[in-house]
Amino acid sequence: MMKALSIFDISGRAMSAQQVRLNAVASNLANAQTVAGSPEEAYKSMRPIFKANFPSQQMGQGVATVDTDGIYRTTLPPEKKYSPQHPKADEQGYIYAAAVDPQEEMIDMLEASRQYQNNIEVLSTAKSLILKTLNVGK
Amino acid sequence: MNALDQYLKPQAEALSLRNKRMEILGSNIANAGTPNYKARDIDFASEYKSVVGQGNLSTTNTKHISMLNTSPPGQTRYRVPISPSLDGNTVELHVEQLQFAQNTTAYEADLQFLSERIRSLRSALRGE
Repeated sequence: MMKALSIFDISGRAMSAQQVRLNAVASNLANAQTVAGSPEEAYKSMRPIFKANFPSQQMGQGVATVDTDGIYRTTLPPEKKYSPQHPKADEQGYIYAAAVDPQEEMIDMLEASRQYQNNIEVLSTAKSLILKTLNVGK
Repeated sequence: MNALDQYLKPQAEALSLRNKRMEILGSNIANAGTPNYKARDIDFASEYKSVVGQGNLSTTNTKHISMLNTSPPGQTRYRVPISPSLDGNTVELHVEQLQFAQNTTAYEADLQFLSERIRSLRSALRGE
């Protein structure tokens, strides 16, 4: 059971969701250069899944905010590199580089930041309207 | 008191409907990246009419049946996307932002009208 949502809750939670996405992108990019001794240990990109949240009291009124429904790891196979001198190399002399596509991460980052900006815009517009309404009749 | 209510009602109702629409459009923008989210909106003109426009039928005889305005308020509709995306999301940011800007301007206009009404009421009370 959720209480009724105001515009501040709606946009605020959407901003938190985009923040989670930006954190995931930052982690992925930070780990783009890591290597591991086996395909299982290699780093795999994280991606949040968003889900619309319709508060039960305002069902059917068109009001919805965003929840992060969880984070999944991409199934892209890690890159296999032959490097026998590497201390982490396996018996055949291979190391496994993180399965992170930097271009994809940059696009995700841009989209997250654009949507964050949109929500800020909604919030500041709503705030200025509320302030103007408080001064009505003066 | 009733006359005062009637005097301010058109603008007050418009403001609350504009506020509701702002929340709906805000929800659409918030869910711009959510898979399978369907953008919604209300038809302002018909919603407004259902709140203030027609009113109830007057009963001049005791045998008349008072017909209440039956169209339920708060009917949201789904927006028809211009180019639907693969993940089932129908939010198109430019459309939502346009509607949001339009709604904001209309809200400010309503606010202006309400202020004017209150001001003229005051000047009538003072008799200046």
